[in-house]
Amino acid sequence: MTTPADLTLPEGAPEEVITHAILRPVDLTPFGFKGTLALITMDNGLDHTRPNTFGAQSLAALNEAITAAVATAPAAIAITGKPFIFAAGADLSALAFLNKREQSLAIGKFGHDVFRRLGEIEIPTFAFINGLALGGGLEVGLHCNYRTLASTAFTGLPEVFLGLVPGWGGATLLPKLIGPEKAVQVIMLNALNNNTMMKAKDALSLGVVDAVYEPADFLEKSVQFAASVLSGSTKIERKDFSNDPAWDSAIATGRAAALKKYGGAEIAAPTRALELIAAAKTATRSSGFDAEDQALADLTMSDPLRASLYAFNLIQKKRKKVEGAPKPALGRHVAKVGVVGAGLMASQLALLFVRNLKCPVVMTDIDQARADKGVAWVRAELAKLVEKRRMSQESADRLSALISGSADQSVFAGCDFVIEAIFEELSLKQELFKKLETIISPECVLATNTSSLSVEAMSEGLKNPERVVGFHFFNPVAIMPLLEVARTTKTDDATTATAVNVGKEDHGHHKRCSGIRR
Amino acid sequence: MSRSVVLVDAVRTPFGKAGSLYAGTRADDLIVRAMRGLLERNPKIAPTDIDDVAIAAATQSGDQGMNIGRSATLLAGLPNSVPGYSIDRWCAGALTAMTTIAGSIAMGAYEVGIAGGVEHMGNHPMGEGMDPNPRYLAEKIVEQDALAMGNTAERLHDRFPAITKERADKYALGSQEKTAKAYAAGTIQKDLIPTATRSAELGWGIATVDEPPRPGTTMEALAALKTPFRPAGRVTAGNAAGLNDGATVSLLASEEFAKEKGLSIKARLVTFAFAGVEPEVMGYGPVPATEKALKKAGLSISDIGLFEINEAFAVQVLAFLDHFGIADDDPRVNPVGGAIAVGHPLASSGVRLALNLARGFEEHPEVRYGITTMCIGLGMGGTIIWENPHFTKGAK
Repeated sequence: MTTPADLTLPEGAPEEVITHAILRPVDLTPFGFKGTLALITMDNGLDHTRPNTFGAQSLAALNEAITAAVATAPAAIAITGKPFIFAAGADLSALAFLNKREQSLAIGKFGHDVFRRLGEIEIPTFAFINGLALGGGLEVGLHCNYRTLASTAFTGLPEVFLGLVPGWGGATLLPKLIGPEKAVQVIMLNALNNNTMMKAKDALSLGVVDAVYEPADFLEKSVQFAASVLSGSTKIERKDFSNDPAWDSAIATGRAAALKKYGGAEIAAPTRALELIAAAKTATRSSGFDAEDQALADLTMSDPLRASLYAFNLIQKKRKKVEGAPKPALGRHVAKVGVVGAGLMASQLALLFVRNLKCPVVMTDIDQARADKGVAWVRAELAKLVEKRRMSQESADRLSALISGSADQSVFAGCDFVIEAIFEELSLKQELFKKLETIISPECVLATNTSSLSVEAMSEGLKNPERVVGFHFFNPVAIMPLLEVARTTKTDDATTATAVNVGKEDHGHHKRCSGIRR
Repeated sequence: MSRSVVLVDAVRTPFGKAGSLYAGTRADDLIVRAMRGLLERNPKIAPTDIDDVAIAAATQSGDQGMNIGRSATLLAGLPNSVPGYSIDRWCAGALTAMTTIAGSIAMGAYEVGIAGGVEHMGNHPMGEGMDPNPRYLAEKIVEQDALAMGNTAERLHDRFPAITKERADKYALGSQEKTAKAYAAGTIQKDLIPTATRSAELGWGIATVDEPPRPGTTMEALAALKTPFRPAGRVTAGNAAGLNDGATVSLLASEEFAKEKGLSIKARLVTFAFAGVEPEVMGYGPVPATEKALKKAGLSISDIGLFEINEAFAVQVLAFLDHFGIADDDPRVNPVGGAIAVGHPLASSGVRLALNLARGFEEHPEVRYGITTMCIGLGMGGTIIWENPHFTKGAK
C-alpha cells in the first residue's frame, strides 16, 4: 500500500485539515444481537461549516482506525461522521496544487487502498451517513456493505460537474450496486444538472442507501438496523446487473446529456466517467479501481480541471469571505432600496433585493405604466417560485407587498441604497446621480449597474462622491453567480462594505461572489 | 368528577455520571430520545392523541430552558398541535409532572399525556444561578444548612441518632448489591432506551447501561470515604446519590382511553400527596407526604406491598423506614436498588421510581398497592400511591 510518506503535500497547498477517525465499541446486545460493533467517527474537530474532507493524512487516519477496529474482532464495523456532516470528499484545496501525474495517481490509489478495505474485509461493514456526503464522502460509504442515511442529509457525486470522475470507487461500485441507468442518473445527469444533490428519499429509491432514519435518533436506529442485518432478521438483497440490458442505452443517455450540456463539445470528464461506468459491467473491482486511478490522474493534470477548481473555489469559498472587501461590520443597515429603471435588468435587480433584504424596494421609470410593468414582472416571478414550490405563498405575499413602482423619483427619499439600471450613457447617469442627491440622504449608497462606463466619472461633481459604487450583475441575474463591486478612488469603506453585504445572498440557489474593481 | 388514571408505560435513558457519559450530549437531546423511545414502544398511541407534555427540570436554562416541555415536543418530532410545558419541584419534578398530568386526566380535561423529567447536572451543576433571598437567613426563615442538601442529610442524622453511619453505609451497600443483581437478571435494562452519546475526543457511542453503579462496593470501602459536609460526619459519596445526567418519561392515560386503545396498563394511580417539613431536614419529607396520601386513600402502611423510595441519601430512606417500622433490608423496599446505585438526575427521578414499581407489580401479582415517594429540597416530600393492575386476590 502507498503510505502517506509518499504523499507529501504539493508545493503551495494549504496544510491539510485532518479528518480524524475515532474508534469506539458499541454493545449490540440491547439491540438484539450478541456482539460488538466497532464504530468509527470521522471528525476534523471543527464545526459543520468546515466539513470532513480526505487528504493523505486523513486517509491514513481512517486506515489506522480500520486496522484497530479489525484487531478487536468485532461483529461489524461502521463509520459515521460528525454532527450534520458525514464527509465532503477529497480535499479540493490541495488538488489544485498537484503538478506531477504520479503524485495525483498516488493519492487516487491511496484512497482506493484505504476505502476498499471496507468492502473486502471479512467483517460486515456499515456506513451510517448522518449528514452531508459528497464525492469521496459518499464513495467511502459505497465501499461498505450497507448504508443508512439521515432523512435530512444531502448526498451526491459532483465530480463530473467539477471536471473529475468519482475516482475513489464510485464510478465502478455505484453501477454495480444500482445498475447502469440509475448510476448514470447520479454520476452524470445530476452532476451535469448544475450539481444536483440527492435528497434522502431519492437516495433510498435509487438504491444508493438501504434505509433512511430521522436525525433525532439516527445513530440508534442505524445501530438497530446493523443488529437486525447481523441477526438475519433484516435481509438486504443485491441485484446482479452484469446482464442488465440497459447498459448501452444508459451510456447513450449520459453521452447525450453531456453533449447537450457542453454544446456538442467532447469534454474529458464526462467522457471518462462514462467509460468507467460502461466498464463496470464486466470489470472486477481491481480493474475498475485501476482505471479510475488513471482517469483521475489524467484529469487532475488538465487545465479544464484547474479552471473548474478555481471557479468552484470562487463560488464556494470566496462568496463567504470576499477578497479585498472591507469588514462586513462597516456596512450600513439597508432598510429601503431604490431601483432607477423598471426594465428587465432593473426588475431582476428589484427581485433580488426584495428576496435578499426583505425590505421595501421602490422602482421608478419615465411613466407609471412602465414602473407598473416592472412591479408586475417581479410579482409574477414570485408567483412562479410558489408554483415551483420553492417559496411559500406566505413569503411571496410578504415580498409582493414590499415592491412598488412610481414615475416620481421622490419615492427614493428614505432609501439606504439606490441603484441605477438605465441606458449606458455617461452623461445621463451623471445627471441622474446629481438629481438623486437632492432627494436622498448623504449616506445613501448610490450604485450603478454599469458594465463598462467609469464609475469614477459618474461620481464627479457630486456632493458626496464617497457613496458611489459600481454594483454590476451579470445577466441573467438569477443564474449568473457573479457580482462585481467596483469602488472609485473616493468610495469609502462603509459604502463598499454595504454594497458587498447587500450582494451576499441568503438563498442556497443564488451564488454570488464579489471582486473589487477600482 | 374523577376518573381512573393509569400508567401506560415509562422508560428512561441510561443514567451517566455528571461530566462523563453525556459530557458532549445535550439535556434536550436526552429527553427527546427518551420520548421517542417511549412512543416507539407504544405504537397504538397516535402522536396527535397526546393532550399535553409536561417535562421537569430543576434548572430551566440553556439546554433545559426555552420551556423544555414544548421544546422537547418539537424536537421529538411530535406534531405542532401537541402542546408542552415545564415543571419544577426540584428533585420531585418528574413526580410532579406525573401528578399534574394525572390530575388533568382525572378531571376529564385530558385523555392521555406525557410526563417526564431531565437533569444534566454536568451542564447544570447544583445551585447554578441560585440567588437566595437574604431574608432567608436574616429572618431565620431557614437555617444555613437548608440550602445545601448534604447538610440537610447530616441534620437528619442529628435528629435520629439511631441512624448511624454504619447503618447508612450498609443500606447503601444493599442498594448497590440489589442493582447488580437486577442488572444480572436483565430487569433494569428492560426500560432503558439506548441513547447516542458523543464527545469530540471519543466520537459517537451508544449508552446502553447506567454508568454510576459500583457493583464491587464493600463496607470497608464505604467506611473509608470522606464526609465532605462536616468533619466526622456521616454522609459520604458512598451513601448518597451522585451527580448525574439522565432523562425519564412516562405515558399516563385515563383508564377508559387505555382500554379503548388496547394500551398496556402497568399501574393504576390511587392518589398522591405532597407535604412540607422544616427545610433543614428536607429528607424527612416522605414521611408526612406518605401519611397524608395513605389517609386520603383510606389505606394504612401495612397495605403497601412495594416501596420505591428515592435514595437521595441513605439516612433519608432509613428515617422513613424507622418511622413506619420497616426493616432496613425489607425486600419490599427498592427491590432493584435505588438512586445510590443508579444515580439521581434530580428532576428525572420520579418517573424512574414509577417504572421500577411497575416492574415490581408485574413480578408480584400478590401485591395490591405500592408507593413511589421522594424527598424534595427546601423541605418537602411527595408520594404517589399506585394499585397493581395484575393483582390477584389471595394468590399470595
